[in-house]
Amino acid sequence: MTEKTDHKTTRRGFLASGIAVGGAVASGRAAVAGEAEITEMQPWRRNLGDPVNNAPYGTPSQFEADVLRRPVAWLTPDATTAVSFTPLHALDGTITPNGLCFERHHGGVAQVDPEKYRLMINGLVDRPLIFTLQDLLRFPRENRTYFLECAANSGMEWRGVQMDGVQFTHGMIHNVEYTGVPLRYLLEEAGVQTAGKWLLAEGGDASGMSRSIPMEKALEDCLIAFKMNGEALRAEQGYPVRLVVPGWEGNMWVKWLRRLEVGDMPWHHREETSKYSDLMADGRTRRFTWEMDAKSVITTPSPQAPVLHGKGPMVLSGLAWSGRGSIPRVDVTLDGGINWHQARMDGPELDKSLRRFYYDFNWDGTALLLQSRAHDSTGYVQPTKDALRSLRGVNSNYHNNGIQTWHLGKDGRVRNVEVT
Amino acid sequence: MLKLLSILVILTPSMPLAAEPMGLGRVAMPDEIAAWDIDVRPDGLGLPAGSGSVAFGEEVFVENCAACHGDFAEGVGRYPALAGGIGTLTDVRPTRTVGSFYPYLSTVWDFINRAMTVGYGTELSDDEIYAVTAYVLYSNDLVGDDFVLSRENFTSIRLPNEGGFYMDNRAQVELPRFRHLACMSECKSSVEITMTVKNTGE
Repeated sequence: MTEKTDHKTTRRGFLASGIAVGGAVASGRAAVAGEAEITEMQPWRRNLGDPVNNAPYGTPSQFEADVLRRPVAWLTPDATTAVSFTPLHALDGTITPNGLCFERHHGGVAQVDPEKYRLMINGLVDRPLIFTLQDLLRFPRENRTYFLECAANSGMEWRGVQMDGVQFTHGMIHNVEYTGVPLRYLLEEAGVQTAGKWLLAEGGDASGMSRSIPMEKALEDCLIAFKMNGEALRAEQGYPVRLVVPGWEGNMWVKWLRRLEVGDMPWHHREETSKYSDLMADGRTRRFTWEMDAKSVITTPSPQAPVLHGKGPMVLSGLAWSGRGSIPRVDVTLDGGINWHQARMDGPELDKSLRRFYYDFNWDGTALLLQSRAHDSTGYVQPTKDALRSLRGVNSNYHNNGIQTWHLGKDGRVRNVEVT
Repeated sequence: MLKLLSILVILTPSMPLAAEPMGLGRVAMPDEIAAWDIDVRPDGLGLPAGSGSVAFGEEVFVENCAACHGDFAEGVGRYPALAGGIGTLTDVRPTRTVGSFYPYLSTVWDFINRAMTVGYGTELSDDEIYAVTAYVLYSNDLVGDDFVLSRENFTSIRLPNEGGFYMDNRAQVELPRFRHLACMSECKSSVEITMTVKNTGE
């Protein structure tokens, strides 16, 4: 862009610099006082920018090129059954941009042709049915904003601090406005028989992801979603259709949804027995741990977002959520939990959705131990990691909603620590 | 009031009728259901006719599975072990395998059929899946080397950890404990850092 338009700068540029030099000579000073960002004309002021529709599908500023989902290579066996993490440290507000929503696939990203898309309902129903995408668009639809958190989010921290960045400690979460049809409408269309107490949701991808869902939840608030944040689902989020299971672990939100089977008992498939089950210290295992416990984390400052401005006014910010309701309150401590302060809650208090909080304070430049503590609408208070370990041990892999501690050094650097 | 009533009367026919079918979609044909309805349950529902021996299963396993799961189902790299680990669930580093952890054998059959074949370029027949499942049992010392697994004897095989699973009890064990007034000041006398991350980022 600058190469193309440089020739246009000459006359005005020459005149402008001539005035500046003349001024300096006349006043006898070496240069104009002030920041070059102001006293010297910047290229974005001097030159016309790109034409409209230069990028028919817009992308972030070139200066935001490092705001990316990032994987942790050693975590999973290969790249088709793997994870990439949402860059929470670089985001604000509550809606996760579609291209930054973390990914977790068990058989790679399916590329489903919407013309060939079919959704089957079978099992204990009066009428086994097939729907096309166009059929789904004829049911009344709703828009709901929900968080999706992987059950394994923060799972790498059960034995102690391991990942140095909120992207990796807490980045298996996103918050999206979904457009979809209440699952209840489809089940009523098929006619669920009296014995139908469970639903198997199954994906059409190479992993054939399958999860058992109790019928009460299916009828309560699940959605058959086809839009995220207003546009079609991204392929890596299940295009053209995914299941939305509000407040419950992300693995149940089956992507590339192809089939719903009604049954009289759960299926006990691999992703609800061998995986996504919680091994306790006594060697026994909790299964069907569907709800995500209330949780919060400070996103800035954090290890990937150090404090660069020195002492004085500081904006501390973070996110809180609960699979059982909304977040009316978050507390913040600067001293590792000796004294707590109520954070300033921002935006609407939505059910099973991310809520943004702020704590605005004057940093005195000393080292701090930063924590946040969520309260949900059921009265649940986010516990410490040690409180969870005392109940569960350290081998449960999933559902780690313990309080996160960041150490803010005098130099502004932030480290992942644990405290007494 | 009269106006309101007449508006309601006009709106009613176009409102979603929750319990009444809307007539959308079409009836699924039996062959279509058969093509997609692949799930298997612990009570054996969904298992197709067929059988396979440990010996045949070893051949199929070495050919199709061993590159990731090891010749003896012991796992390779970060790919999971399928055998061993019995008695390790309370260890510092438990080994979760079919023998040590899985509650039901049907999960193994279902998962091989659903996720471990087409995506990995292998098309196993039902008999081959029975055989591989039998071999995984054998590699966990749960059956002898002359064992043959079939639809008929499938549910007679019980895995050692079936009783080790219980329904989520957080509502009883955890929620009452974590529903409390939160301390706001002088909650502890001092704070020490007990652990600092080793890896300092990217």
